[in-house]
Amino acid sequence: MSTALLEVSGLKKHYALDGGLFRKPTRTLAAVDGVSFTISSGETLGLVGESGCGKSTTAKMIVRLTETTEGSIRICGEDISTLGAGAMRHKRRDVQIIFQDPYSSLNPRMRAGDIVAEPLRNFGIGREEVRTRVASLFDRVGLRSDYVARFPHEFSGGQRQRLGIARALALEPKLIVCDEPVSALDVSVQAQVINLLTDLQRELGIAYLFVAHDLAVVEHISHRVAVMYLGRIVEMADRQTLFSDPRHPYTQALLAAAPSSHPRQKKERLLLCGDAPSPTSPPSGCPFRTRCPIAEPGCAEAVPALRDLGEGRQVACHLR
Amino acid sequence: MAVTDTVSLPAARSTAPTKGRLARFARFVRRHPNIAIGALILTLIVACSALAPLIAPYDPDAINPAERLKPPSAAHLFGTDAFGRDVLSRVIWGGRISLVVGLTVALFSVGIGLAIGLVAGFSRIADAVLMRVMDAMMAIPGILLAIALVALTTASIETVVFALVIPEIPRVVRLVRAMVLSLREQPFVDAARAVGTRFHMILIRHIMPNTVAPLIVQATFICAFAILGEAYLSFLGVGLPPPTSTWGSVIAEGRKVFGLAVWVVLFPGLFLGFTVLSINLIGDGLRDILDPKLSRRQ
Repeated sequence: MSTALLEVSGLKKHYALDGGLFRKPTRTLAAVDGVSFTISSGETLGLVGESGCGKSTTAKMIVRLTETTEGSIRICGEDISTLGAGAMRHKRRDVQIIFQDPYSSLNPRMRAGDIVAEPLRNFGIGREEVRTRVASLFDRVGLRSDYVARFPHEFSGGQRQRLGIARALALEPKLIVCDEPVSALDVSVQAQVINLLTDLQRELGIAYLFVAHDLAVVEHISHRVAVMYLGRIVEMADRQTLFSDPRHPYTQALLAAAPSSHPRQKKERLLLCGDAPSPTSPPSGCPFRTRCPIAEPGCAEAVPALRDLGEGRQVACHLR
Repeated sequence: MAVTDTVSLPAARSTAPTKGRLARFARFVRRHPNIAIGALILTLIVACSALAPLIAPYDPDAINPAERLKPPSAAHLFGTDAFGRDVLSRVIWGGRISLVVGLTVALFSVGIGLAIGLVAGFSRIADAVLMRVMDAMMAIPGILLAIALVALTTASIETVVFALVIPEIPRVVRLVRAMVLSLREQPFVDAARAVGTRFHMILIRHIMPNTVAPLIVQATFICAFAILGEAYLSFLGVGLPPPTSTWGSVIAEGRKVFGLAVWVVLFPGLFLGFTVLSINLIGDGLRDILDPKLSRRQ
C-alpha cells in the first residue's frame, strides 16, 4: 500500500454538443472536469456521487473505453491516455473493468466458458492452458466448473456478475475498475458479490476503483473515498474520516440523505434543494454554490481547489 | 398444452433415445405447426423440382399440336397448353428456375446488405455516403430496372437475379445498420474491448452473431418476394426468353387461352402461391422462435 499503482491527474472529458458532420459544435458538456487521485496497489478507492456527476465516465476513461480530452492516467508510471492501439492492448492486462449491468455485459450468444476464455485467447494462451485456467477462474468466483457450456441467460443475476468478475480476473490485472458492480443486484446477492471482491483483494492483492452511489456499500469496501459533484472531486479522505466527520457541505448532505440501518435512530436532516445544475452551463465559481446551505457571495468568484486539510483529507471548499 | 404434456411424458420416459428424438420432433411440430406445414410443402415442391428429369412425364418444351388445350386427364394430369405441351412437366421444370432465383436473390441481398450495413454502422463518414446511395437505390422500381436491363443486355437468369437483388439491398442494409448501431453500444462490446479483443474479432464474435436471427427471417421474406418478382418479370415478358418455362411464363402464356383452358394458369399459379405461402410460414415461425430469446435477454 505504498507505491501509486494508478495516478490520475487533471483528467477531463468534454463532449461537443450540437455538432454534426459539417457543423461546428456550439456548446460543450464537461462530464469530467479536472479529476486527480491515486490508488496504491491492494487499495480500494470508493468513488461516489449522484447520477450524472461523471463517476462512470471517469471509470471508463481509466480503462480507455472512452478517450480523454485532457489530463493523464498513469498505470505503474506509464501514461495510457496517449498509448497507440497496439501498446494499449498489452497494457489492458493490468487494468480490467466490471460492469454495472450483468445482463447486457455478457454476449448472449457466447457460452460462459468462452466469455471467460476470451481475454486469455486474445493474448495467445494455448488451448489446454485456457481450459484449466477457465476452470480455476470458475472455481475462484464460486461457479461450478461444469457451467462452462451454459449460455448467459441460464444464469441468475448474481451468477452473471460472477462471470463478469471471472472475465476481469482472467488476465491477472493489478487494478479492477468496478463500475457500480452491485447496483443491479438484490441486497442479499450484493453482499455475496462484495464479499467475493474483498476476498479476491486479500488473496491476490488487486486494487479497486469502486464506483457506486450506495454509501453503505462504499463504506464497507473502501479504504479511501472520493466524492464527486458536477465532474469534480469535492472531498477525498480515508473512509473512517469521511464517514465520521465529513467537511464539505455536499458530503454532509449526501451522508445525511443515506437511510440509516436503525429505524428509530434520529438523524439530523440536511436537505438540498433543487437539482444539480446542467453540466453544459455550470455555475460560476464553486459548482456547488447554487445548492450549498452555507454559500457566501465570494463563492461565485473562483473554483475552489482541492486543499489538503491534514490526516489524508482533501476538500474543495472556500469556507472549510 | 398441459394435457398433451401429461400424455406424452410417460411414453417419453419408457422409450429408447431414438424414440426420444421422435418425441422431441413431435413436440416441435405441435408447438410450431406453421413451420412444420411450411417445411412440408416446401420440401415437396423442392423435391419435385430437383427430381424434374426423373418425374416429369414429358419433355416440357415438346410441342404436340394434336394434343392442344386438353383438359386434365390421366395422360396429362394438369392438361396441355396452346402448343400441346404438358402443363405438369412445365410446372415441375419451371419450379427449378423460380426456386434458384428465390434462393440466389436472398443469398446475394443478405450477403451484400450485411457487408454494407456493417461498414455503415461503424464509420460515420461511410454511413453518410452509403445511406444516400441506398436511398437512391430504393427509389428505383425493380420492374423498371429489369425492363431497362433486358433492353440493354440479353435476358438471362443473371439479369433477372441482378434486377431483383438491387432493390432488396437497401432494405437489408437498413436493418443491419440499425442493429449494429445498437449492438456496438452494448456493454458486452465494451467488455470485449477491455479484455483486448481486436476490432475484427469484435465484429465476427460479438456483432455478427447477434444480427443473424433477424437476418434469417428477413432472408425468407426476400426469397418469397423474389420468387414472385421473377414471376412478374416473366409474365411481363422481360424475364427469361420464351422456350424456358418458369411459373411466370407458363401463366403468361396461359393468359391468352384463359377462357378456353383455365388449367394452364391455375396449376402454375397454385404452385407459385403454395411456395410463397410455405416460405412465409417458415419465416413467421422462425421469427416466433427467435424473438422470445431476444426479449428474454432484457
